[in-house]
Amino acid sequence: MRGLEGRPARDAGRCNVPFDDAASLRAKLDVPSASVQETGLLSAVPACRCPPCAAKSGKSRVMNELDCDVLVIGAGGAGMYAALSAARAGARVLLVDRGLIGRAGATVMAQMTVAVALGEECPDTPEAHLNDTLAAGRGLCDPALARLLVEDGPARIREMDAWKVGWARAEDGSHIRQAHAPGHDRPRCVYVDFLNTGPAVSRTLRTQLNPVSAVRRIGDIVITDIATHAGRATGAVGFELGSGAAVSLRAGATIIATGGLTRLYARNSASANMGGDGYALALRAGAELLDMEFVQFFPIGHLAPRLIGMDPIMWDPFRYKLGGRLLNRDGDEFSERYGREASGRYNLTRDVATYAIFKEVEAGRGSPAGGAFLSFTHVPEAELRRNFGPVIDRLAKNGIDLTRQAVEVAPIAHYHMGGVAVGPDMATRVPGLYACGEAVGGANGANRLSGNAITEALVFGEVAGRHAAAHARAQGALRVAGDAPSLSLVTGAATLCRPEGAGSRSGLASLMTRLQALMAEKVGPFRTHDKLAAALAELAAMQAELGEAPPPAAGGYDMARLDWYDLRNMLLVARCVAEAAIARKESRGAHQREDLPGMLPEWEANQVIEWRDDGLRLKRRAALQQREAA
Amino acid sequence: MTTQIAELHIRRGEPGDAPREQVFNVPFEPGQSVLDALRWIRVHADPDLAFRFSCINANACKECMMQIDGKVGYACTARLVAGPMQVAPLANKALVRDLVTEIAPPEERLFR
Repeated sequence: MRGLEGRPARDAGRCNVPFDDAASLRAKLDVPSASVQETGLLSAVPACRCPPCAAKSGKSRVMNELDCDVLVIGAGGAGMYAALSAARAGARVLLVDRGLIGRAGATVMAQMTVAVALGEECPDTPEAHLNDTLAAGRGLCDPALARLLVEDGPARIREMDAWKVGWARAEDGSHIRQAHAPGHDRPRCVYVDFLNTGPAVSRTLRTQLNPVSAVRRIGDIVITDIATHAGRATGAVGFELGSGAAVSLRAGATIIATGGLTRLYARNSASANMGGDGYALALRAGAELLDMEFVQFFPIGHLAPRLIGMDPIMWDPFRYKLGGRLLNRDGDEFSERYGREASGRYNLTRDVATYAIFKEVEAGRGSPAGGAFLSFTHVPEAELRRNFGPVIDRLAKNGIDLTRQAVEVAPIAHYHMGGVAVGPDMATRVPGLYACGEAVGGANGANRLSGNAITEALVFGEVAGRHAAAHARAQGALRVAGDAPSLSLVTGAATLCRPEGAGSRSGLASLMTRLQALMAEKVGPFRTHDKLAAALAELAAMQAELGEAPPPAAGGYDMARLDWYDLRNMLLVARCVAEAAIARKESRGAHQREDLPGMLPEWEANQVIEWRDDGLRLKRRAALQQREAA
Repeated sequence: MTTQIAELHIRRGEPGDAPREQVFNVPFEPGQSVLDALRWIRVHADPDLAFRFSCINANACKECMMQIDGKVGYACTARLVAGPMQVAPLANKALVRDLVTEIAPPEERLFR
């Protein structure tokens, strides 16, 4: 396979010459001047001649152009698999992430389980897994995507096993363990002990990627827009965070693998870079977004006492293995009043559990920190230790002894069912633009079945990489540099100095926290028309506060500049969630309207959002699941 | 719980600058982490303070590695204490800005 080094003419990433000397730059890059003029990018980079800039390396003042067959944005589980898959299909791949490769995103955070019909614990079929997925989705799943997930799942999970991910096995080693998670009709969920599923999956994918020379991996790349030309996606533009240098990445096909939007909420269970940027990138490039109102809250996120070094979703595996009791302030197992959970058993689905805890808190029966108590005090210490050995020690370091005390838990933003609208080949309606993983909407409808997220990441990553590689091959070798809405912003900001007094840098970090508080309070799991209308008004005010241009450039690792670009995406995506939520006049799955309780047959429909004529356009269409059934 | 004050002495600067130390007094509840304090500083005192983090709390991303009171550790698992604490970038990695160092493997950087 050809490595990316095979094209020195376009591989300007290692170039380190100041822009001032454009002619010598072209000579060093061996780029035909016609091609440079065609892009118009290099000439867009201003040469700052102030003393601090002149004294420093010029690397941030050159537009760095890279060329590949397939560009993958986001290096979590879905992105890493997409890169592997595209390389297998013969593509030269560029895998970029705004953080470190394989470290950011949601997969590495996952401590829980992976749903897949392996039939190791008891007989099982993809059809049974599909039925549970569709039931959890409350009528809104795209059946083709759901079917793909359950049918390709076993091959991906067995492949991970062959790659030595370390799925937990029965004590005699005879079979892979499968836990019985809520919403499933039988034990179906594999995991890696202890609470190590996500890190093991990430490490395994990294190990597979490392020797693949056709995949060039670059971290610290912030993508600000998809580039388009004549309605097709032609790559992306952005900047390298460490230097502030503008980058233009030309690609035959581009895959968005940026995960979900949980960072929009004050309390969330994913990493700080899950700000919905992929949704904003897709929307501005002309793709459609689907089901944006459905944000899944994980009901028993850790709330108190303060726990560090562990993810707040850690209590789920405890409940799979040990049951545990969910109690209100008065010590009542209140969930029995909201669902079917029998004492000490864990079979409450996420939307019902979230509702139950919110209602208890609202009725004044919450725990001191504003959630519910989760108690394992009835479980013998030996049993705790056998199931969670080293985790019990980590809890002890945090001053928590489960044999003596209950912890406090509360719903926490966890996953987004909605996302970029794609077909079963993961292609958006924009030729050359693909999506995979949590960034995709449709497979999970109005509520995701537990354990489907990593399966989705691997399965959809494989499909997206394969189809994107085929699309790039069909495009041929000539890459066209497209235009992107943020091009002048990223190039205009590519200087090294920090000018004084021009524009505001100071309010952006606090604007971010205000946005997160607003979304938690008014666009959380329980919504009303009035709360959503107030949120939309406040979002418009925040948009005005953000303004049209980023703060003045400040060279390398400029966190205020990063905040600005993040807020540009987050405010757009927050609007999508709130607009879809105010339009859906019923309650379904993860979207609960306190002013409109109950599911309505006329709302067995998906809402689709597009960006047209400088505005969001929302339309409604009958759910694919219903159309297929009809 | 009682709010206490951590006095964070943070080493600031870019490569080539003379390193300078800046002191921030950060209110905290016992149990909170150094990363909590760095994030508080960005919102309330100085949005330009640069540090890497991704997973916030889980110690999964390993991005927030720095020197805390002279020892290499993770800001997300180091607990705040009342009184002075020294926070500095990793000494054996190239400085990018403030507490950010070049920790990615060379083959995973744009400029390598």
